[in-house]
Amino acid sequence: MSPGGEDEIGSDHMSTGGENPGGDNPGGAGSTSTGSGAATATAVEDIRLEIPVQRPRRAENFVALCFVVSVLATIGLAITYSLGGQVQAEGALLGLGLGGMGVGVAAWGKYLMPQGPFVEDRHELPKPESDRRAFGAAFSRGSVAVERRGFLGKLLGAAIGVFSIVGIFPFLRSLYNPRPGNALDFTFFRRGSRLVRIDGRPVMADDVDVGGVLTVFPEGHAGDAVSQTLLIRASSVPITTLPGRETWSPHGYLAYSKLCTHAGCPVSLYQQQVQQLLCPCHQSVFTLLNGARPIFGPAPRLLPQLPIMDNGDGFLRAQSDFQEPVGPGFWERNTSTTLNPPKTAAGQ
Amino acid sequence: MKSRDAPRPSLEDRTVELARWTDDRFGVAKIGKTALNKIFPDHWSFLLGEIAMYTFVILIITGIFLTLFFVPSTHEVIYHGSYLPLRGQRVSEAYQSTVDISLNVRAGLVMRQMHHWAADIFAAAVVVHLCRIFFTGAFRRPRELNYMIGLTMLILVIVNGFIGYSLPDDQISGAGLRIAFSIFLSLPIIGTWGAFLLWGGNFPGNGDIIPRFYSLHILIIPAVIAGLLVAHLGIMWHQKHTDFPGKEKTNRTVVGSSFWPTYVAKTTGYFFIIFAGLALLGGLFQINPIWLYGSYEPFKVSYAVQPDWYMGWLDGALRIMPAWETQFAGRYLISAPFYPAVVLPGLTFTALYMWPFIEARFTKENRMEHHLLDRPRDRPVRTGLGVGVLSFYVMLFLASSTDVLANTLRVSLNGVLWTFRIGTPTIPIVVGLATYQICKELSRAPGAGLRKRSNVVVRSAEGGYTTVPANIRPGDFEGEPPPESLPEEAVPRGAMGDRRRRPDEGGEEVGVGVDRTEATAVTPPRRFGGFFRPWHRPAGNS
Ligand code: FES
Repeated sequence: MSPGGEDEIGSDHMSTGGENPGGDNPGGAGSTSTGSGAATATAVEDIRLEIPVQRPRRAENFVALCFVVSVLATIGLAITYSLGGQVQAEGALLGLGLGGMGVGVAAWGKYLMPQGPFVEDRHELPKPESDRRAFGAAFSRGSVAVERRGFLGKLLGAAIGVFSIVGIFPFLRSLYNPRPGNALDFTFFRRGSRLVRIDGRPVMADDVDVGGVLTVFPEGHAGDAVSQTLLIRASSVPITTLPGRETWSPHGYLAYSKLCTHAGCPVSLYQQQVQQLLCPCHQSVFTLLNGARPIFGPAPRLLPQLPIMDNGDGFLRAQSDFQEPVGPGFWERNTSTTLNPPKTAAGQ
Repeated sequence: MKSRDAPRPSLEDRTVELARWTDDRFGVAKIGKTALNKIFPDHWSFLLGEIAMYTFVILIITGIFLTLFFVPSTHEVIYHGSYLPLRGQRVSEAYQSTVDISLNVRAGLVMRQMHHWAADIFAAAVVVHLCRIFFTGAFRRPRELNYMIGLTMLILVIVNGFIGYSLPDDQISGAGLRIAFSIFLSLPIIGTWGAFLLWGGNFPGNGDIIPRFYSLHILIIPAVIAGLLVAHLGIMWHQKHTDFPGKEKTNRTVVGSSFWPTYVAKTTGYFFIIFAGLALLGGLFQINPIWLYGSYEPFKVSYAVQPDWYMGWLDGALRIMPAWETQFAGRYLISAPFYPAVVLPGLTFTALYMWPFIEARFTKENRMEHHLLDRPRDRPVRTGLGVGVLSFYVMLFLASSTDVLANTLRVSLNGVLWTFRIGTPTIPIVVGLATYQICKELSRAPGAGLRKRSNVVVRSAEGGYTTVPANIRPGDFEGEPPPESLPEEAVPRGAMGDRRRRPDEGGEEVGVGVDRTEATAVTPPRRFGGFFRPWHRPAGNS
């Protein structure tokens, strides 16, 4: 150790007893460490070797017990494991095995090892002004060197800028598969698409009883996450939910996009008595007979309704796609159609 | 080599020899001495950060095990495994492999559940650690940047937790992904593109999301967290710990136990204890039994769709937010999840990042370094504000179970919703003001927070009872100086150096508090309208 070199602001060492038999100068910048080399030779008096408990034997026994428990539990774990394993036993034995070690080692540290409190000086973080100035000067060397050839710096900036734009673009582009386009505006329903179940079987007009519900998809796209539609037979006679939808509900069938207009969860809880739909994610409630207008919760828009028809062959078909984008909102969504739920419809 | 007859050198000599050997090769004697002698404060609250750090280590250990079996693919297969209810169903490979880990891989379920519990506790430990830093003012100069590193890790922990939760591709995590997709969509201008980019197309994407999440979850984000963690600890090591004010504790000292061997032993013990606790949780407390939920089908839904706890505040915000959707310039839309799921977290973390600078602006305290912690009650404004804001997030968290609350309390969903809509903005104000007032009272109260002295009931020979105060126990009146008189902060360094006992003063060791019984002689200053404020036992000397 070289005590001479340490007597500066920022020296970072202990002023703990035993290490500093020589004392130090109180007005100075910090303590000295003259004796640290000698401390090892007089370790017996080193207060850092004093232990904090009166009866070390008891602590020792406790620590030993912990380790024994750990060994036994770990052997038990090995046995359990080799017998095929069992989750509760594995957890408990692993917990005991690790816990025995943990409690033992921690207790060893707490009761059988020298405890503080010892005092350590903090070093002043800021260095002397001369150092700071020298640091600043060294640092500024770079900026001065660049400034001297300022136009080169700007060109380098341009090179980096152009490179990042051109370099990032293919990277991002390669991630796009496909690009959004107007994918959010449409589902797979087309004029004449038969409504099919998840297993692909088409739905006939008399398949669903009054009060029944079914999740349906456009033919050829069973299971599609975006086209999923809730088919509800609310009545046995055609119903009109909103003006202009007089022909949308043959045989009392209503078909609504199943995607909640809030955050896109499948709205699938049909409460038949009150003719409402409940979204399980954030509990938005839609009233069926008013065009699935949200009456409760955070959903902002009506569920889009799918116009359906029965051509006389018994199959339920879509008259067209939904007439607006289904599901949650997005920036480019042209909202003029149904942003504001028509309140007037409520009185119907 | 020494001859056989020479006495075997003592353990101490051999250790010193090892130190020399090392120094010959690396020249680390000075640094090594400083490091081994480094003082760590003993206060229990310093354990919170350690819990976070160790759960991270355990996450990596258990995570490595899981990667050996998990298949990050949404490719559909027919389940033929050992769990009968799923036999013959179409499931994704990710889901199937997770079920296999749970039910067929030996010790797999323990590992999976430990991993899940560890993630939940990791996030909790980080949050509680953050609270400690906030309420005690440990973020002040010179620690602002380290505080910001910590916040960044918190964000990453939350994000990675959500991503990990999504990987099994079960019914519930799929619902979470659906909502995440909608939140991405709600971003103005870039939302649609961002969502399509990440998912690879319109929801549920073309199967890219699980592999992408997988590489983020096991490689990229953990690597960043590990890097930040190293920086966090390195800066902490260099700047040294903060500590509560107390006997011998000044702005220029650190008081505690030395790193080697005491702290190393204790902290190693804590690591195993935390590991053990997680093993018990993982073995005995079921979490996320995905084989009951089924593989994700976008048109199906599970009941009680709820995220892990650290996402609860966002889910709650989504639930109680009024149905606001704003049309913009006649053609653009700011959709409903934008305010609760983008603006709210954005504001939350911006405020958290800015807080050290905001506070410094008002208190003008940043001209000096702060190494002494505040007792929360001594900072009524900060504490009141912090508790108020915290209660806001607690309200949001509770709001994430509106349906469960309505069911268990048998009240209408409507009533619960409106309770939260009204309570979430108002209750925090009440709580904050009350906290402010309580802090004010406490900081004025004589002996507040002091260990109570017990009374002893004595029975006399005649059978009468009298009550006398118990004897003063060691440490009863050791004290913390009243907070307003933290002179160390204002006094130049040389002058305060004098306050500390030195080895050469009165021939006494510096080992502070070794003889605690004598410390009762300290006379407290008179203040607060003449009340005595007995000095306080220093934190952590238990
Ligand atoms: S997704 Fe339906 S209420 Fe939020």
